[in-house]
Order: sequence, then C-alpha cells, then structure tokens
Amino acid sequence: MNPTMLHASSQCFAIQKRIVLRAENVWKSYDGGAITVLKGVQFEAFEGQTLALCGPSGCGKSTLLHLFGGLDELDQGRVSVNGVEVNRHRNLLSLLRHEVGFVFQLHNLIPDLTLEENCLIPAVAAGTDRRIARERLRQLAERTGLSHRLGHRIQKLSGGERQRTALCRALMNRPKILLADEPTGSLDEKASGVVFDLLLDIVATEGATLVMATHDRALAGRCDRLLEMRDGRIHEPESV
Amino acid sequence: MTVIFFKLIVTNLWRHRIRSFISVAGIAFSVAAMLTVVTILQGAIGMFSGILSSDSQVLVFERNVSDLFFSSVPAEAVDEIANWPMVIDADPVLFGIVSSADHPILTCFGVTIRDARLRKAIWLAGDRLNFARHADDVVLGERAAEFLSAKLDSHVPIGHGIFHVIGILKTANGFEDGGVFMPLASAQTFFHKEGSSSVITVKLRGKDDAALFKAKVKAAFPNLIALEDAEFTRSYSQFKILKATAWAVGGCGLLMGGLGVANTMIMSVFTRIREIAILRVCGFSNLQIAAMIFGESAVVSLLGAVLGLGAGSCLLFALKYVPALHGYVDVTIQPIVILIVILLALLTGVAGALYPAAYAMRVRAVEALRFE
Repeated sequence: MNPTMLHASSQCFAIQKRIVLRAENVWKSYDGGAITVLKGVQFEAFEGQTLALCGPSGCGKSTLLHLFGGLDELDQGRVSVNGVEVNRHRNLLSLLRHEVGFVFQLHNLIPDLTLEENCLIPAVAAGTDRRIARERLRQLAERTGLSHRLGHRIQKLSGGERQRTALCRALMNRPKILLADEPTGSLDEKASGVVFDLLLDIVATEGATLVMATHDRALAGRCDRLLEMRDGRIHEPESV
Repeated sequence: MTVIFFKLIVTNLWRHRIRSFISVAGIAFSVAAMLTVVTILQGAIGMFSGILSSDSQVLVFERNVSDLFFSSVPAEAVDEIANWPMVIDADPVLFGIVSSADHPILTCFGVTIRDARLRKAIWLAGDRLNFARHADDVVLGERAAEFLSAKLDSHVPIGHGIFHVIGILKTANGFEDGGVFMPLASAQTFFHKEGSSSVITVKLRGKDDAALFKAKVKAAFPNLIALEDAEFTRSYSQFKILKATAWAVGGCGLLMGGLGVANTMIMSVFTRIREIAILRVCGFSNLQIAAMIFGESAVVSLLGAVLGLGAGSCLLFALKYVPALHGYVDVTIQPIVILIVILLALLTGVAGALYPAAYAMRVRAVEALRFE
C-alpha cells in the first residue's frame, strides 16, 4: 500500500469512526523553555485505530504519549480524550483508571508481587469488584498465554512474559486508548514479534485505539497509520 | 482487592526487613519502657493509696499541703472525730522517713494499737497486744526485718535511736512490708511532731455518710480536709506528678521510636518512587498512596506495640520475682494502660508517616518514571 492509499484509507476510517484522541497546536518545552520538544503538534486518532509514532530519540514521542495520558502538563494547546480536554479534565483519576492504559519500554511491574497481583493493581485503584476483576484477568491471561504463570513472581518471568503482563495490566480496566511507549524496545526480535502480534490482536478484539511510539519501522508498518515526528511536529503519511 | 492493597503495604516492609525490624524494635522498646514505668508507678501509687485506705473510706489531713509528710492533724481533731456518730474508727497515722545502716530510706508509721494495719497483718513473730507498752518498741515489716537483720527481741538502730523489736509482720503492701511501725507517741517524739499526726484514716458506718462527714470536717476544722479514698488518689498532687512523669518518660521513649518510624518511612518512599509512579499511572489516587504509606507505618507501630507489650509484661513479671523488689512492684497491667500505649504507638506511627506520605502524594509519575 503506497502512502497516498494509506492516507486515503485513514480518511475513510475517519468517516466511519469517531475521534477519541485529539491534539491541537500542542507545545511543550523543558528547562524553562530552553528545550522545545513539541512545536504545535496536530493529531487525531480514531476509535479502534492503531497508530505508530516514529522518529529519532528525543523527538518528543514519549512526551506526547504522557500528555495524552494526563501524566504531564502541556505549555500551550489542547489535548482531548473522548471529547474532554485532558488538562482541564475534571477527574484525571478517571482518565487513568478507565480511559487510557499505558505500556512502557521497561515493563514497570512491581517485582515482589505475583503476575496476578500486578495485573490487578488497576482494578484495586478503580475499586472494581473482586470477582469481576478476576474474571477479566482470567480472560486476558488466557489470551496472552499467561494463565499458567498467574501465581509466579515477576522475577521468575522472562522478558516477553513480563511485557505481556504489562499489557494485561494496561488493559485490565478496559481502556479505550492504549498508549504504548516502545513496548517491544527491551525485547529480542522473536519476543518482540510475539508481543506485538498479541498487542495488535488484543486491541482489535477490545476495539481499543493503540498509539505506539516506536523506532522499529517494521512493526510501525503493521499499524493502520504511521506518523513521523520531526522538528517537534507530526507529519502525516503523504509527507513521510 | 484489600489483600492486594495490604500486600503492597507489607511487601515493602519485607523487602527492607532489617530496616523494618529496627523500626519495630524501636517502637517495641519504647512501648515496653512506657508500660513498665507506668505500671510500676501506678502500682506504687496503688500501694501508697492502700496504706492510707486500709480498712477506711475517708482520709483527713491538713488542707493545702503538697505532701502528706508535711501534714499536721492535731490530736484534738482525732478525739473529736472519733466521737462523731457516723464514725466507727478514726485512726491517726504519723508518717516519717528515717535512715538506718545501709538503708537511706525507711518509712515509719506512727500508729495506735487499734490501727487496722496492725490488726489485719499476719504476725510472723510477736503479739499485737504487746504493741506500745514501751516507748522504744517497734514492729518491723517482714522485708524491713530481713534487710535490718532483725529478729524478735533484738535491738535495731533506726535513725538516731536504738529500738526493741517486739514483732515482725507480713502485709500485702510493699511499703508496709519494708516499713517500721512505732507507737504513735514515740513517733511524735522521734519526728518532733508532738500532739499531731499526718492523717486520720476514718471508717464510717455507712457509705452514704461520707458527704455529711466531709461537710462536718469542713465546718469543724477549716484547716483540715476530708477526702474519700478514690477522690484522694485522683487529686493528690504527688500522685499527679508521678503519673505525669511516668507518661512523660514513656512519651519521650515513644517519640524516639516515632523518629525511627519516620526515618524508615522516608527511606521507604525514596526507594520506591518508581513504584509509586507506576501506581499513579494505574490510577491510584493521592488518598490511596497516602493510605499505603500510613498503612506501612501502622503495621510497624502495631507490631512494635504488640512486641513491646509482650516484652514489657515479661519484664514486669520478672521484676515481681526479684527479691529486693518483692512487694514493692504491683505488676497488674490495667487495660486502659494497654489501650493508651497501643493508641500512642499508632499515633506515633501516623505522625512519623506524615511527611513521607505528603512527599509520596507529590510524586509526579512522569518524572518518577525517568528515575533510575
């Protein structure tokens, strides 16, 4: 599929699906303005879409993901999730508990807890009923092939298993948007492929939107849209 | 879900178990110290109250004296009160402190032959009926006889005099057991308090007579005050000072323990910044983060309190069997003391976790996730 066709495909997608994530003229700088990372980013993601954000290290991919999840504050502009502005979001907790899920390059699991306990943390935060949470975990573990590892501590898991655990945790509260920051960056090629297949499969089944920052263009190419971050801006496919 | 939350609390304590153990030990030592000091002092107060209230309900003594040793009740008051219709017994008692060889403090009780202390005691040697026949007669408590190496009919140096031992008795009260009973007149001469006593212990015909009796004392003897036993224990300034001292000493110990908890909790927060950030990303609220930190300190404090109560109880139990302290230490631990000690330990833990919890609540996930 050439870029023009891809763009056309995304436009077609846009007609059918509603916008779940939008960034309008987003600016973000660090060190009191000395380093400007985002310079008026414009962005839209549609329900159920998978998007890959590519670009060199330090170009602002992670920063943008953090802004989407309300973890950081922007200097200027507007980010909205499901039509509600994030930096004016009345309840940031609700955003983190129910609307977005994060997967990081480092799995960021709590080492002394078991796989099951790590995955249930978002349910604990949201006060989800124990029975419902366990059923949800059972389904996720089955789909990610971790059912036999539920009672194991994180130290006992392989890198791929850890990242699959992080994926289960991120999806525990059925978020509509999954923000993945180099989710396969710490894995070897084989494990990376397995995790990414799983990621695409699960978000498709769940109907979630995936926004993934990655250096891996091969993986990025398998997403619905590939966006390039350059000079603090996002460049749409036809300009890549 | 509560189990997972609890596991998040204890996981960190277990991860740094040596540090946690030191904090628990700090609280335990403080609690044990507080329990021991408070219980011993309360026991001492109880014993002293027991001396005063031996077979009586009301105590009469000089108004506005800071210490009963300085109280002076005239003999006329004793005679008059003894004749009031609601009074069964009115026993004058003169308290004095003397020293003897190797023993700087020896409590003397100047009493009459009718005194309840002599009547109710077990006489190990001698006969109560021989009491006060001669001015130099004394009766020794069992412990006093032991450390003065005295036997019946022997002579012992007490203060500036030599006294004849005409009896040895055993009481349940450590102060009495380690004391010397002198005839009231001899004690008045010995302590230069002729014609007066320190207190009158009064036994009334009925409990309902107490109010009338107190009013009558106030009217007849404006310089004296009559208090029921419980009233006296509550209001006597020496007891108040002792209690305050005990709680203050214990409180200081607990404060030290609290600093230990604070140190542990600060370290705990600093070493798990990244974890706190992860919890934030997973949707943990400030309240949940704070609850986790306070929960951690509460576990440390509770463990410390339980261990401290156990250690303190063992120590008190052991003290009870130390011969030198026999009868002086009442090791009955009052439930209210246990409750207060646990509450104070918990409060200390909470106070120690205030700053760490506030710090943890301010952790910004985006910055902490960059923290290696």
